[in-house]
Amino acid sequence: MPFLNDPINFIAGWAHRVLTGWGLVDSLATIIIYLIGTTILIVFAMFLDIMLVWVERKVVARFQDRIGPNRIGPFGLIQPFADIIKMVIKEDITPAGADRIVYNIAPVLAASSVIILWAILPLASSIYGVDLNVGLLYIVAAGSLGSLAIIMAGWSSNNKYALLGAFRMVANMISYEIPMVIILLVPTILADTMSIRGITQAQSGMWFAILSPLAFIIFLISAIAELGRSPFDLNEAESEIVSGFNVEYSGMKFGWFYAGELLHAFTFGGFIAVLFFGGYGGFFGLEKIAFFAWLKNPFIQTVVFMAKAMFGYWVIMWIKYSMPRIRIDHMLAFNWKFLTPLALVVLVNTAILSKVLVNLPTWGYAMGMFSSNLVIGFITIEILRAYGRKQRKVEDRLAAQVAQN
Amino acid sequence: MTVEQIIFIITGLFTLGSAFMVVTTQKLIQAALWLVSALFGVTILYAILQADFLAVVQVVVYIGAIAVLFIFAVMLTRKELRDQGSQTRSNWWIAALLGALVLAGLVFLIIGEPAFNRMAQAIPAGVDTLRNLGTALVSPDAYVMPFEVASVLLLSALVGAVYIASRKGEEK
Amino acid sequence: MSIPLSWYLILAATLFCIGLFGVLSRRNAIAILLGIELMLNAVNINLVAFWRYRDPAQMAGQVFAVIVFAVAAAEVAVGLALIISVYRRSNTIVADDIDLMKW
Repeated sequence: MPFLNDPINFIAGWAHRVLTGWGLVDSLATIIIYLIGTTILIVFAMFLDIMLVWVERKVVARFQDRIGPNRIGPFGLIQPFADIIKMVIKEDITPAGADRIVYNIAPVLAASSVIILWAILPLASSIYGVDLNVGLLYIVAAGSLGSLAIIMAGWSSNNKYALLGAFRMVANMISYEIPMVIILLVPTILADTMSIRGITQAQSGMWFAILSPLAFIIFLISAIAELGRSPFDLNEAESEIVSGFNVEYSGMKFGWFYAGELLHAFTFGGFIAVLFFGGYGGFFGLEKIAFFAWLKNPFIQTVVFMAKAMFGYWVIMWIKYSMPRIRIDHMLAFNWKFLTPLALVVLVNTAILSKVLVNLPTWGYAMGMFSSNLVIGFITIEILRAYGRKQRKVEDRLAAQVAQN
Repeated sequence: MTVEQIIFIITGLFTLGSAFMVVTTQKLIQAALWLVSALFGVTILYAILQADFLAVVQVVVYIGAIAVLFIFAVMLTRKELRDQGSQTRSNWWIAALLGALVLAGLVFLIIGEPAFNRMAQAIPAGVDTLRNLGTALVSPDAYVMPFEVASVLLLSALVGAVYIASRKGEEK
Repeated sequence: MSIPLSWYLILAATLFCIGLFGVLSRRNAIAILLGIELMLNAVNINLVAFWRYRDPAQMAGQVFAVIVFAVAAAEVAVGLALIISVYRRSNTIVADDIDLMKW
């Protein structure tokens, strides 16, 4: 039974006893167990990545009213393995004049910057890599490593389109980090801690998506922009800038970029689940009833977390396959002129209200926060409507002048 | 040789090696990338020193912003994609001599001071350094003044950098 | 708990001297800024090591290091803006050739 309630520590303790029984020093046994645990986590993340290729292709097919891969294996489940074999057997080209070392490190760095995020993502209350007390800032740091990888890829390809695409992509990623950092302060204020497990445990009362829906929406938008996915994928779409920074990459190196992007999208789905939807803990508050105490089991919690992460990933895919692409100057104007001021207003509002409403019971607190978000959203939409009306009047006047001449 | 000492020595050699490559390599882009690895070595040192917030902020600010700025600047200030000429001045040996003298002086001072041979005490159990740092930065009888002055400095740097680097309408 | 303070100080001193060598011996203005960044990082290592080894409950060392982060970021931003502006005017960033104000 201890295995069912606390699997990771049970297995680690058993392995430790085995290794010290073989005569290894205590600290060396611990290091070996940590290395094996890290390897298992990475293998799990990479296997999930392979399955995500299948999920992505099936979901996009359904959005576009077709079936998707269904020939290889039942429901096309072997399709990702066929894709991997195709990528591995492709010729590995290095363009002439490219900086070899930087060219080869860039895809590895891009994929690693996603895998290191799995160290802080808690799958259950006792299954997690490490519980950093600066977990939220760690997410931003991993994003910075990703933008570094893209610049390395764009520069070392010795190709002007790759360089332009890399510049735009990095300008995009750095710009959208600002509203993301500001919004990541909202769960910090609501949970009084920056550690991911602490935020998940603080949501046992009420999910943060209900306490602050505007923060959820802004985080969703800036996360999609960070990922470089549609509708923000002008920088790497094939029909736009000839695939941007990954135009010179072929075979498995391109495979690393592609797989890294998919895993990044799923990891951000996981973070949306953890930061705003209760992570592994809440199943609509059912687990507080004594009958449903088995919902606290780590394996069930992992299933709950995966379901919520898959839902977050599905929302990201839904947005990708329903919206047109946004131009680069509209993207940056949207960030600096709309998203950042809105994020600051939401942060100030949450900070003030969390002190003013601190004495109310849970439902009063939730109502106060939720209605303040509704008020801010309403005022924002009114400002946007007034701005749109003014723009339309100016354009009508200009069109009338042109028609007269 | 405890595990900590081995990790410290490996990290120290990695940081110093990367820093040496920063100042001696002939290709400027590679110098910027070696700077990234030197900054990453400093991050590991902060993590060993249990300053976890500073370690993560080092990655976000230095590697994610400053190093990217350097790479952009290197790419935007060249006439062609390759470097031209030698990157070191002809009197580099005077600089090396000066650096070696300063290093010798500092190391002599450090070794001569017996109070620097102490080991670290464990951080007391109730101390939450992250919370203490946050409180110190905004509390009026701690460091709120330097904090506000630093934010004014950042604002002036932001406005100044945008103004200096913008094309003033002549080439638009 | 087994690393004496002097090791950190010697590491920081070596990093500082490598940065000093870079500042004094490079021709490109951006490479000089790279050396300055190394020196600022060495100073930061010093500050954080002293914070940890003297009194981790006092926050002066870490606050000082955070302010140095902010100052370094501001300095790099303005410095690189200046260098790009100089490059646009005179098409060179070799520090010896920017001598319009030398006597």
